[in-house]
Amino acid sequence: MDFGQFLVQLLTDAGGSLVSAVTAAFVLAAIGLNLHFGYTGLINIGQAGFMLLGAYGFAITVEYSGDFWLGLLVAIVVAIIAALILGLPTLRLRGDYFSIVTIAFAEIIRMIGDSPALQSLTGGPVGIQGFKFQGPFVALSPLPHEGTLSLGPLTAPYTGGDSWWLRIVTWGAVVIIALIALLLVKSPWGRVLRGIREDEDAVRSLGKNVNLVKMQSLIIGAVFGALGGVFYVLSGSVQADGLGRSQTFLIYTCLLLGGAATVFGPILGSLLYFVFTTILTDVVTTYVPHTVMNVTQIPQFVWILVGVGLMLLVIFRPQGILGNKRELNFIG
Amino acid sequence: MTDYPYDRTALRAELATVDELPGSAKPEPILIVDRITRRFGGITAVDVEHLEVQRGAITALIGPNGAGKTTFFNIITGFDSPSAKEARWRFQGETIASASSFKVARAGMVRTFQLTKALSAMTVLDNMLLGSQAQAGERLLRSVFWPSWTGREKQLVEKADELLERFTLHDKREDYAGSLSGGQRKLLEMARALMSDPAMIMLDEPMAGVNPALTQSLLGHIQDLRDRGTTVLFVEHDMHMVQHISDWVVVMAEGKIVAEGRPGSVMKNQAVIDAYLGSHHDQDLGDDAVLEEDFDELAKVEETEREVEEEKLEEYVEAVREAEGEEN
Amino acid sequence: MRNLSTSLLRRGIVAAAVGIALVLGFATASFAAGGVTAGASCQPDPTTACIQGTLRDDNGNAVAGVKVTATDPSGASASVTTDATGVFKFAGTAAGDYRIAIDPATLPSGVTIASPTTTAKNVQLGALKPVIIALAGHGTGSQSNDIGPSTTGQLVWQAFTQGLLLGLLLALASIGLSLVYGTTGISNFAHGEQVTLGGFMAYIFSLQLGWNFVLASLMAVVVGAASGYVQDLAIWAPLRRKGIGISQLMLVSIGLSFALQYLYQFFFGALPLPVTADIQQIGGPLYLTPSGYWSMGVSIVVLVLVGLALTRTRIGRATRAVADNPALAAASGIDNNRIIRLVWTVSMGLAALSGALYALVNNGINWSTGLSILLLMFAAVTLGGIGTAFGALVGSLIIGIVVQMTGIILPGDLKYATALLVLIVILIFRPQGILGRSQRVG
Repeated sequence: MDFGQFLVQLLTDAGGSLVSAVTAAFVLAAIGLNLHFGYTGLINIGQAGFMLLGAYGFAITVEYSGDFWLGLLVAIVVAIIAALILGLPTLRLRGDYFSIVTIAFAEIIRMIGDSPALQSLTGGPVGIQGFKFQGPFVALSPLPHEGTLSLGPLTAPYTGGDSWWLRIVTWGAVVIIALIALLLVKSPWGRVLRGIREDEDAVRSLGKNVNLVKMQSLIIGAVFGALGGVFYVLSGSVQADGLGRSQTFLIYTCLLLGGAATVFGPILGSLLYFVFTTILTDVVTTYVPHTVMNVTQIPQFVWILVGVGLMLLVIFRPQGILGNKRELNFIG
Repeated sequence: MTDYPYDRTALRAELATVDELPGSAKPEPILIVDRITRRFGGITAVDVEHLEVQRGAITALIGPNGAGKTTFFNIITGFDSPSAKEARWRFQGETIASASSFKVARAGMVRTFQLTKALSAMTVLDNMLLGSQAQAGERLLRSVFWPSWTGREKQLVEKADELLERFTLHDKREDYAGSLSGGQRKLLEMARALMSDPAMIMLDEPMAGVNPALTQSLLGHIQDLRDRGTTVLFVEHDMHMVQHISDWVVVMAEGKIVAEGRPGSVMKNQAVIDAYLGSHHDQDLGDDAVLEEDFDELAKVEETEREVEEEKLEEYVEAVREAEGEEN
Repeated sequence: MRNLSTSLLRRGIVAAAVGIALVLGFATASFAAGGVTAGASCQPDPTTACIQGTLRDDNGNAVAGVKVTATDPSGASASVTTDATGVFKFAGTAAGDYRIAIDPATLPSGVTIASPTTTAKNVQLGALKPVIIALAGHGTGSQSNDIGPSTTGQLVWQAFTQGLLLGLLLALASIGLSLVYGTTGISNFAHGEQVTLGGFMAYIFSLQLGWNFVLASLMAVVVGAASGYVQDLAIWAPLRRKGIGISQLMLVSIGLSFALQYLYQFFFGALPLPVTADIQQIGGPLYLTPSGYWSMGVSIVVLVLVGLALTRTRIGRATRAVADNPALAAASGIDNNRIIRLVWTVSMGLAALSGALYALVNNGINWSTGLSILLLMFAAVTLGGIGTAFGALVGSLIIGIVVQMTGIILPGDLKYATALLVLIVILIFRPQGILGRSQRVG
């Protein structure tokens, strides 16, 4: 492969990750986490658990009812219930308890999903294959059900699988959710959130029901996460190991990269993250000899860099690209 | 400071009829407290049998460090719970015992903190706006429909501007509260508490950590609050500080109320002199926070580190205070 | 946590008569045209795809001579028979779903299979694809390892002793977690990776270099302690000087944990590695393997020593003073940074010991071992009361026993879920933990 070809390949892959529904799904989860972490100061390290729960709720419902909207509703409802169960005991406690419980929750969901005990429902380690629940979503498409469309170098089917239809819907959802998040955080309610982030007791002393507002924030962020989970599996399958701790940390990396406590931070961060890792993977695959790094080692190498990147980001630029350092002194 | 014409005579006349005894009844009590106790391990930090606070007056709660003033304060404002169930306290006739702290604030009793809780990552104006309680926009469902709260917001901004003007913070309006000086933060906290027009404001050591030049102005603001009809209860450990501004003084020592009275006479009370100058003086370990969190550690460390000399105790207290400050 | 399904109970309760065959597929692109071939010497590289697996009966013994057929997405197929170690391998050249079929006729008598065909879904070029096939029963040639308990009472007793062992190993690691939290305020999410490090060091020194296991685990402790020292020197001490907040520190530790996990995968792969070549049988009054007894003894001795050091020595008292109140400690002439450096060193050494013993007891270590018990450690530390060393010990024992006892009722990994549920329940009723003091509010 000469350099010109490589460059075309690189740009195509990068462009592909920019429009990908997977990126959009993580943007949604990151917006939710931003409400928790960025605005309320809740260090939720189980966001992927909410994604997974939403994905299971959606896929299982659609598989048995054939109704896309019912599936979406169930995904939202299970996220709300989970947030209530998690939040009630922990939101009144010190922050680290909340963190530990959220990661424990995400692990419980993952273990149950992975367990052969509920195989008939969750598919166990094999998961729920896409064809079982993607039909009703595909059927909603007004686009042609056959054929592919090429926009520049990017080619994808109109409908079905990782299609233009899915991309339009997921990015549409991103726009709507980002707008809701914008309205929320710019409102007096959002002001209370920011107050809580810094000093709960101060906000309590001003007559705010801090536990209620924290719970609301937890629920909304969890619902955004669950929606992210739904869109994440619409181009693939539901698999417990696909949404584990790594994905939560990935969401953190996206959020901190773009800038926590900013409305566009999660979007910018996720886009940059996916473009960057795509490019990095391409470069390493092409230029690093396979004797040095084999195919399974390349993604691992990228993940190592993500981990180190997260550390450096938190230490040297906790406000990310768009954030305001003064506003983020709650984590500093 | 604007000088308001104020006639203390009526209030003083009313208070003049009150017995100068611990737990004495007041003509028009806004807050009535009964049987509050608080124990930490084996130590009884608070043991208050009965206390009434006169409406419209400035009541100073004084006592040496470790007397349990802040703990007492925390309990009545819902930030801590009494150890025994028989505790009762009523505010404006309403029972607020064991109510959550935010409900206490909603009932009209707003407090400030010894270690100022100005929200430093927010602007001064945002701090003020957060102080107001009746805000539709703080309800989740209303918040996204901005037309439902922008009108109210405008009113609040006006009110905040007035208060900031009064507390000489107006030119700091857009600054982050973190950039304010210690004294300015105290002012901001006070102004913020006033956003909800509380019936009673409770100030926990408002003079602590304030540059002496600002102290007079702070005292003036406190009097001003009372003159505008707000009941003030404040905690202070320096008894001389309170003498000229308070209408009534309550003295605590070792968790109990040992004396009550008019500022002029209470200082002469033998119990007060004992409390301040008595045998406990050299055991004065600092503020309540030390007592609550670190008392047993202190004891432990003292036991194991006997080589540490007596003089170092003062250093301890300083260091602990600093640490407390950083933590908060 | 899948590695943990081969955990403490592995050689214990073999009563669940299900043999598991793991079919691990390595598929990579090939220069050659599509197709699948028998590939006994197949090596994964970007141009060749390998599919590999091992068939075992319910005694855990290899099942040899079974005919296995793989069919690639294009329909091409190839067959092999499992070798003496029960292993079969294929080389494939196309991505997609592979069908793996076992010929039931070639299974030894006594061994059965529920579903003779399994699909290796979505095999990607260059990706690892595990598929599980359950075999039941065992043939006459298969020697039973099942000399464990048979009555219910014995089973419960064994679960209890296994739990005690797990609890002791957890305690070794979580005391460090608790001490680090107490002295620095960090909820160290990378603590699990320190446990993993100990396991990998045991693997390198014991299995790869052929050292005696005692020496190997001593080396693991030395390497672990050194890593703690270096870590504090290079990362945590500078961050302390920088005055970074505890939430930020926690996120840094998450990043570190993440980087280390993938670093381990990068160098050691994703599969569990054994740390000893011995095959051990359970026995004695506690139904443990000899390694189990040894690990239990070593843990108890070390825990007692740590306890004595914390309570009886000057440096131990200084450590507790720093944990209780850093400012007070500093004011009384304690060099906090020196104590914290020591805490990191000792804690990471203990974590490595825990990891080496854990790997020995389970005879397996992989990149996620520490991560999976990290949550148990957090549960233990929270249960005992965050920041108290003695609480961490009590909490660990309780969590260990709870996990293993629920393992009697719940299948596989779900027993770990109960530990996490216990954690949540405790937070509802006694957030300060069993031994912790209630926190000050306001």
